[in-house]
Amino acid sequence: MVAYLTHHAQSLVGSIGRLARAPFATALTVLVIGLALALPLALGLFVSNAMSATGGFSGAVDVSVYFRPEVTLARVEELARTARARPGVAGIEVISSAEALKEFQQYSGFGAAVQALGANPLPNVLHVRPTAAASTPADLDALRHFLSSWPEVDLVQADAQWVLRFNAILELLRRVLGIAAAFLGVGVLAVIGNTIRLEIQGRRPEIEVVRLVGGSTGFIRRPFLYAGMLYGFGGAVLAWGMVETAVLVLSKPMAALAQLYGSSYSLSGPALAQVGIVLGAGLMLGWLGAWLAAARHLRGIEPRA
Amino acid sequence: MILFERVTKRYPNGREALRAASFSIDRGEMVFLTGRSGAGKSTVLKLIAMLERPTRGTVLVNGQNLGTLKSRHLPAYRRTLGVVFQEHRLLDDRPVFDNVALPLVVAGASASEVGKRVRAALDQVGLLGKERMLPNELSVGEQQRVGIARAVVAKPAVLIADEPTGNLDPDLSVEVMKLFKRFQDVGVTVIIATHDLHVVHEFGQRTIVLDDGLIQGSADTPLPSMTATR
Repeated sequence: MVAYLTHHAQSLVGSIGRLARAPFATALTVLVIGLALALPLALGLFVSNAMSATGGFSGAVDVSVYFRPEVTLARVEELARTARARPGVAGIEVISSAEALKEFQQYSGFGAAVQALGANPLPNVLHVRPTAAASTPADLDALRHFLSSWPEVDLVQADAQWVLRFNAILELLRRVLGIAAAFLGVGVLAVIGNTIRLEIQGRRPEIEVVRLVGGSTGFIRRPFLYAGMLYGFGGAVLAWGMVETAVLVLSKPMAALAQLYGSSYSLSGPALAQVGIVLGAGLMLGWLGAWLAAARHLRGIEPRA
Repeated sequence: MILFERVTKRYPNGREALRAASFSIDRGEMVFLTGRSGAGKSTVLKLIAMLERPTRGTVLVNGQNLGTLKSRHLPAYRRTLGVVFQEHRLLDDRPVFDNVALPLVVAGASASEVGKRVRAALDQVGLLGKERMLPNELSVGEQQRVGIARAVVAKPAVLIADEPTGNLDPDLSVEVMKLFKRFQDVGVTVIIATHDLHVVHEFGQRTIVLDDGLIQGSADTPLPSMTATR
């Protein structure tokens, strides 16, 4: 067992040594793999940033309930508690007509005009935010129906259409991400497979000798599998670095842009889980590419006598 | 130990290297295979090492019928053999120690075991102290002895050698043959293909003479008429 593990360690170190002895060729291969892995990572980051920029999916859905002018604030708060008790409701917020007026005067620039009206024209409003799970169009419809059934209610506004579109765009982006990841994954397999194929050809005499002294296919394959995993892992680390650099470069102008829209939104780099997926995918694609190349090309190598 | 029964080997180009050849070699025997080039000597060794499979007939080694040996058991079978070539087939980018250690590493031996047995094998061929050198830094004779050390390091039951003295001058040839004789003395079955009749005579071991794929004869000491084929 110790000898087995020792040999694994030796294979790994040997593979690292061989890659290091041809730095230019290794760098080129790692660069190609890095670019291929950086693209889906960047796209994934784009999707997750788009989601957080729009406040997330559940935050995007917001049902506004406008009450009749004669309904008192006390009654509105009573009804709000009923709405709060309903399943699928994540949060509620009551905005009194007075609060709404103050906000309107402050931000709209029509303060003077409103003051000229004398009485407050704004109604009491209840914002109902459904949970993410209860944000399907059907659930939203049911919620709207429930809220409209109150006699005190003047108007219920749920922008389900906008939610549907946003949802559809995100879904489309996720599909694009999936397709791009699949294509580029196959590309990574081909690059690693071809690199390992060349390496196998270059070490043909050695493989013949190892076969002759009784080396099993598993033994012969091992250093190539490690080389493949090193290529894949190196490419994944490079992809991570490239995306982090891009985020760093873009974060300042992005923050400036967000500020112009009155938002404190800032670009976020890849999450730990995303980095983990990319590193894992690199390792796995490297292993698989090398395994396929070894299965295909080691078979033909038998010792000559 | 080794039994050939009416073994025929026809290569894809149509050449019949062996034609219904039958002979047997006992455990612990040392045998010379002679005959002119192309007579089938190398083919006999290739069949024993499973580098080729017979077209017809049966090859038995150590009770194992090679015709029924599954390819996944081939590595384990090859570990019971030691093989020496005319061109030594060493890995030029690895030091002597690593070259000799290869059969042990392949078999999964522990590092301490590898160190002990490699040094023992190098000691037997008189190359202790050169384990850190690269094969290219050694003389031809020394390279051949490294090849022999690699062949015997895993203590194989059978040692086969294809023209092991082909590149060596007569003195070195005798020295290498003496080495093989020493392995036979400790119970290894040794089969040497050679057309170097000088050493064949000198060692006086049983000789199997091949001509054009046919067994011409087998004798404890080669007869002048048999050796005249050269």
